[in-house]
Amino acid sequence: MDSRISDRHLPGRAPLHETAAEGVKIVVVGGFGVGKTTLVGAVSEIRPLSTEEVMTQAGAGVDDNSGAAGKTTTTVAFDFGRITLDEELVLYLFGAPGQERFWFLWDKLFAGTLGAVVLVDTRRISDSWYAIDRLEHHGTPFVVACNNFPGSTVDLTAVRDALSLSEDVPLIDCDARDRQSAKRVLLALVNRLYALTSARETTP
Amino acid sequence: MIRRKLDNEGPDRLYTLTRGRSRADHHQLDLVTLIVSRAEPTRGMQSEHVRILQLCRSPTAVVEISADLALPVSVVKVLLSDMLDAGQLSARNPSATRIGTSLPDADFLRKVLVGLENL
Repeated sequence: MDSRISDRHLPGRAPLHETAAEGVKIVVVGGFGVGKTTLVGAVSEIRPLSTEEVMTQAGAGVDDNSGAAGKTTTTVAFDFGRITLDEELVLYLFGAPGQERFWFLWDKLFAGTLGAVVLVDTRRISDSWYAIDRLEHHGTPFVVACNNFPGSTVDLTAVRDALSLSEDVPLIDCDARDRQSAKRVLLALVNRLYALTSARETTP
Repeated sequence: MIRRKLDNEGPDRLYTLTRGRSRADHHQLDLVTLIVSRAEPTRGMQSEHVRILQLCRSPTAVVEISADLALPVSVVKVLLSDMLDAGQLSARNPSATRIGTSLPDADFLRKVLVGLENL
């Protein structure tokens, strides 16, 4: 008799190579509908997956054994894709909402993240102010990418002014649906990190 | 869809799944810690444990397991910690140097750049 338990629930996506040894994180932050999932999907080797994290709000009694009643929980949903970089390195690209409650979970979810992409809708630039402020607060290196929606024209100088973005933060435009364009955004971020690292290593 | 499933189940089921514990700190599991099975599922095992052992026959990140099981990341971490303690799984954590806010070294970034260029 075959005692092997059914594999019927296994996902359809390609598995990682046996030699995969280290996961790396990059986060795409942006307002609702700006195209985070589209950008993740454009470069991901798997169809973007979604999941969530639950946080019990500070102030709920940690030794309260009376059950869930009275506790306040916050749920944050996010999605992600995957890029195999080489035999050992696997990049996970997260699309995360920029709203206020999300930042309570930043350290829990994204400590050690390489860096972030702030995805901007130029018709709603103010949506990005808070995300940029929080990334600066957390000391997370980032680049800003304007998603070019059909019919919109982007004046990057005006966007830089509107975001009060310092000259050293890369600002690029992109088409989040396009694989090469999304790839350029990620390269801009990693090149930015490389420049920061080089600057640090040459500083006495 | 995942939201609805959790809402219907409510916190009681999540509480039961993890036998009442909410913390799983000692393995320092990250979202992108890669988990690998070291055992085969056996009959009578908790169904989530069976799923995890099947999924992790190839290295699978904590966050992927969370998505596949439709359970919050923190709940999955508790399940994984038990199974790590029992020797049913092994974990491949991100390098310690990349935890925290310090910048990664240039060699590491070069590898990331090469990998992205090859996309």
